[in-house]
Amino acid sequence: MTSNAEIVLRLDAITKRFGKLVANDAISLSLHRGEVVALLGENGAGKTTLMNILFGGYTADSGSVQVFGQTLPPGNSRAALDAGVGMVHQHFTLADNLTVLENIALGAQPMTDVRLSKKEIYNKIKILSDEFNLKVDPSARVGSLAVGERQRVEILKALYRDVKILILDEPTAVLTPQEADDLFGTLSLGIKNGLSIIFISHKLHEVMAISNRVAVLRHGKLVAETLTADTDKNALSALMMGTAAKSPDITLANPGKTLLSLQDVTTPDIGNSPGLKSVSLELKAGQIVGLAGVSGNGQAALADVVGGMRMPSQGALVLNGKTLTQWSPRAAVQNGIARIPEDRHKTGTIADFDLTENAILEGYSTAPFSKGGWISWKNAKQFVTDIIEKYDVRCPGPDTRIRLLSGGNMQKLILGRVLEADPQIVLANQPVRGLDIGAVNYVHSQLLAARDRGAAVLLISEDLDEVMDLSDVIHVIAGGRLSPGFARGTMTPAELGIWMAGQGFDAQVAHAS
Amino acid sequence: MRLEPIADPSLARSIAPPAIAIIATVVIASLLAMLAGANPFSVLGLILKGAFGSQFALLETLNRATPLIFTGLAIAVAFKAKFWNIGAEAQLYAGALITVVLGTGALPWPSFALIPALAIGAVLAGAVVLLVPAILKTRFGVDEVVTTLLFNFIFLLFISMLLEGPLKDPMGMGWPKSARLISEARLPRIFDGLRLHWGFALALLCACAVWVIQTRSTLGYEMRAVGLNRDAAAFAGIPVNAVLVKTALLSGGLAALAGFSEVAGLKGSLTLDLSPGFGYTGIIVAMLALLNPLGVIVSALFVAGIFVGADSMSRAAGVPTYLADMMLATALLLMVLAIMLTRFRVVRD
Amino acid sequence: MEILDILISASFWAAAIRIATPLILATMGELICERAGVLNLGIEGIMVAGAFAGWMAVYSGTGLWVGVAVAMVVGMGFGLLHSVLTVPFGLSQHVVGLGVTLLATSSTYYAYRLALPQVNSPPKIDAFQPYEIPLLSDIPLLGQALFSQTPFTYLAFALVAATSVMLYRTPVGLAVRAAGESPAAVAAQGLSVTAIRMGAVIVGSGFMAMGGAFLTMSAFDSFFFEMVNGRGWICIALVVFGSWMPGKALLGAVLFAAFDALQIRVQQTGFGADIPYQIFLMAPYILSIVALVLVSRRAQVPAALMVPFNKGER
Repeated sequence: MTSNAEIVLRLDAITKRFGKLVANDAISLSLHRGEVVALLGENGAGKTTLMNILFGGYTADSGSVQVFGQTLPPGNSRAALDAGVGMVHQHFTLADNLTVLENIALGAQPMTDVRLSKKEIYNKIKILSDEFNLKVDPSARVGSLAVGERQRVEILKALYRDVKILILDEPTAVLTPQEADDLFGTLSLGIKNGLSIIFISHKLHEVMAISNRVAVLRHGKLVAETLTADTDKNALSALMMGTAAKSPDITLANPGKTLLSLQDVTTPDIGNSPGLKSVSLELKAGQIVGLAGVSGNGQAALADVVGGMRMPSQGALVLNGKTLTQWSPRAAVQNGIARIPEDRHKTGTIADFDLTENAILEGYSTAPFSKGGWISWKNAKQFVTDIIEKYDVRCPGPDTRIRLLSGGNMQKLILGRVLEADPQIVLANQPVRGLDIGAVNYVHSQLLAARDRGAAVLLISEDLDEVMDLSDVIHVIAGGRLSPGFARGTMTPAELGIWMAGQGFDAQVAHAS
Repeated sequence: MRLEPIADPSLARSIAPPAIAIIATVVIASLLAMLAGANPFSVLGLILKGAFGSQFALLETLNRATPLIFTGLAIAVAFKAKFWNIGAEAQLYAGALITVVLGTGALPWPSFALIPALAIGAVLAGAVVLLVPAILKTRFGVDEVVTTLLFNFIFLLFISMLLEGPLKDPMGMGWPKSARLISEARLPRIFDGLRLHWGFALALLCACAVWVIQTRSTLGYEMRAVGLNRDAAAFAGIPVNAVLVKTALLSGGLAALAGFSEVAGLKGSLTLDLSPGFGYTGIIVAMLALLNPLGVIVSALFVAGIFVGADSMSRAAGVPTYLADMMLATALLLMVLAIMLTRFRVVRD
Repeated sequence: MEILDILISASFWAAAIRIATPLILATMGELICERAGVLNLGIEGIMVAGAFAGWMAVYSGTGLWVGVAVAMVVGMGFGLLHSVLTVPFGLSQHVVGLGVTLLATSSTYYAYRLALPQVNSPPKIDAFQPYEIPLLSDIPLLGQALFSQTPFTYLAFALVAATSVMLYRTPVGLAVRAAGESPAAVAAQGLSVTAIRMGAVIVGSGFMAMGGAFLTMSAFDSFFFEMVNGRGWICIALVVFGSWMPGKALLGAVLFAAFDALQIRVQQTGFGADIPYQIFLMAPYILSIVALVLVSRRAQVPAALMVPFNKGER
């Protein structure tokens, strides 16, 4: 529909390398006025890198970016903003301790101005939020906002700068299905007001629903560019994945006895992170329990309780029929809980430790790695060598600092570290976040294998599709409360979305009384 | 500009930046000497000669290096766990204090029992002094940089109070000075006739011991893990606060040995000028050694050499001795920059 | 009883304000640095350098205000050094800060020895004299204490007001605060984190040097080694005590100085004569630590303090 409209943005043969990895290989792409182009691709395909180059976060090794016919200076976000390009990053770039107004005003006024015109800014935010249906309180501290509200702030930040081109990086990843619909509503209001949009996603149904045109990236290359009307999900899926990747087959579970249960567990809120509110949950042998929910709704608290980082302030934690009175990360490990942490860079590994040192991070104080307070590096080396081979960790060797590994290989080392002990419970917190499709399938197949060996698996993910694919039982967490368990296939995404928005709980209470 | 990690740095990449840092330090020192109206070559020559040019000079350098090895180790141990102990000066005086309290006749023991007792007493005293900031940090979240720094001032005043009060030497003719150690408390010389005491050997031994602890023991592993990533260490089950407290005890004990060795090996009594800033200089020693305990020996010799050499150079050439401090501060800043550049490449945007 | 008499005397509070002035200046400097996300442990050395530079300039014949400017420029020079190493290169702020303190201190002493090779006691200059502001200085107690100070003290109070307005009411101040809270947010809005942080450290270091210069140009009229004597470290504690807010930090500095002035006076009373003077000298340092213990748990630390920012890191 829009191919005759003016071209507002043109990316010309963009190439970007990180070391040996070619993240973007001579990618050219254009955007017309009033158009929504979906940039589709798996994690690691180069979508975010490409958009960061456009927005001045990275500098391309070669190629150029033209906005309204003008070439943008490389590596300069300010120039991009001034030219009318705004970006909503996947990981929000907001200062928690500042107000919404301050976050929006940041950089919007020339630094030479002697006064910050709060009143004018406030009024303009109000007008914009009415116009685009983005409700948010300008004087609220950002740290106190829910994820969906924060995203609205991010969009307002861009709109405030009068951008004409809006880049959204995986905007629905953190939203409930209903919130995603609201977002799409806002975007169509934007289109009516003359915006052009690039929408980064790896979710086919969204791409089909919202875009006019699709560009598919795979391994840093632009493999296809087509009108959305001329294609379908299957075709796009094939283009996106290539042929190599195959997601694991899922067989039905054969649940056994309860290994770990939480009984009316409550934990205090910590800052903006809600605690658990009287949560009961059972993890059974040979079963994957999935936890769906918008991030920041108590997942961290639940993971902390199961992983030994926190003790319930009320309620009981029962392991193999015994109520726990002492609970710590070390106790969790010793009781056979394999913990795959949410952030593999910040909590899962120590970047400047080598692979060997990282492999014994949980076991260093026990046999066979420790003898009388001394570390047996020989046994540690043997252990890591086995992991590298068995879990296919691609690395120069066990003495390599782990920071030099890709996310997927890092995660494989963590998998090896925790699964080699043949755990009875697996806590997988966002286990595939940021991984490419090959690594995703690998992690999923390992989780399924652990289940089929008889382990109880708790899968925490913000990706509803992932939870629905893998889980035998799904719980939804919202505001620290836990929904009842839903068996595989009994709920639609929309039904789960209602719970994710925190609405099912009250009905449940009403129903019970 | 932006920094990009280098996957496998070449040999040149590993050697060139530190080498350039050393050369740049020497060049800057030369310029400073010229500012003082001296010939830079003769100034540098005089420093070298004054530090290593004669048996006397060499022994002087070794003696000066002894406390610096102890304080350097104290800092290296603490900084490795990212526990910012800037209070080695206070811990040094704590060790010296215990040495004179117990070594001036309170314990009428023979040498073989008294000297170890004094050393152990000093270690405990230093450990206790650093325990306070460590507990304030782990229990109350008080930044240890400020507390350890302020402790230096507090402790020096405390020593001053004691030296003008209960510890004052009645024979001291009014000087704030403690009584002298009994002869059984004095560290003997390693070689007859050479002015070098067993404190130096103890320092070398400690360096080796710390190296073994850091690379081979579970405690050393814990300290390194806590230093590199506290969150990951805690998640993995390492008791972070306990490790920090243990680190503080070890660090404080090592710094206190500097005080013990200076009093028992060299000075024989406690005065307020026992340490010309060994505690602070230990930071330079440790950083130049990249926090490696064995490297501390080398860098302590280097730093001590600069100080000793600068003293004799100053007498001969009239350039203020503060040239040595400036050289070391410059070396410190350039070296941390150089080490970073061995691992990261600066990329233009 | 004696203590009460001291507390209601105008001369006591005037002394407290005088003692507070260098702390106020340097605390504002450190606060600006930390608000932008950079801990500046160069403060102690920069104060030494500022004390010497201002005094030396006046001794060489410049006017007093030119001396203040010279001190500020020297401080900014060390701030530049600190910020180059800690901001674009992202080196450890602890190590660089201590290194800058060592360098600033030793180069000051070196310069002093070069400039005045033969003196045993340092020469004096004609320092700032108290200027009683008409009318205001007649207000009992408060006015007498506040408005019979030297112009340098008035400047310090003006700078606190300016810092406060800058931080909370200007676009630059918002950028500085944001750089200390979330550098990524700053970069995403098209601003340079490097420029903001470096600018804050340079300006802050200039303030620190002025704090040092107050010692040689207003509180005293000469330069001595060791004259800063840990004041820089106390200022770092004061920033925490003031929860990174200029007004509270000012209050903290005045309270601290009042305590210091009080201990000097109590030493001279009958009650104080029996106590070793070292106890009194220790008191300010101990007080700083106690203050930190009281506030540290609930302090609103800038979220990105000591977190280096490397653009485009992945």
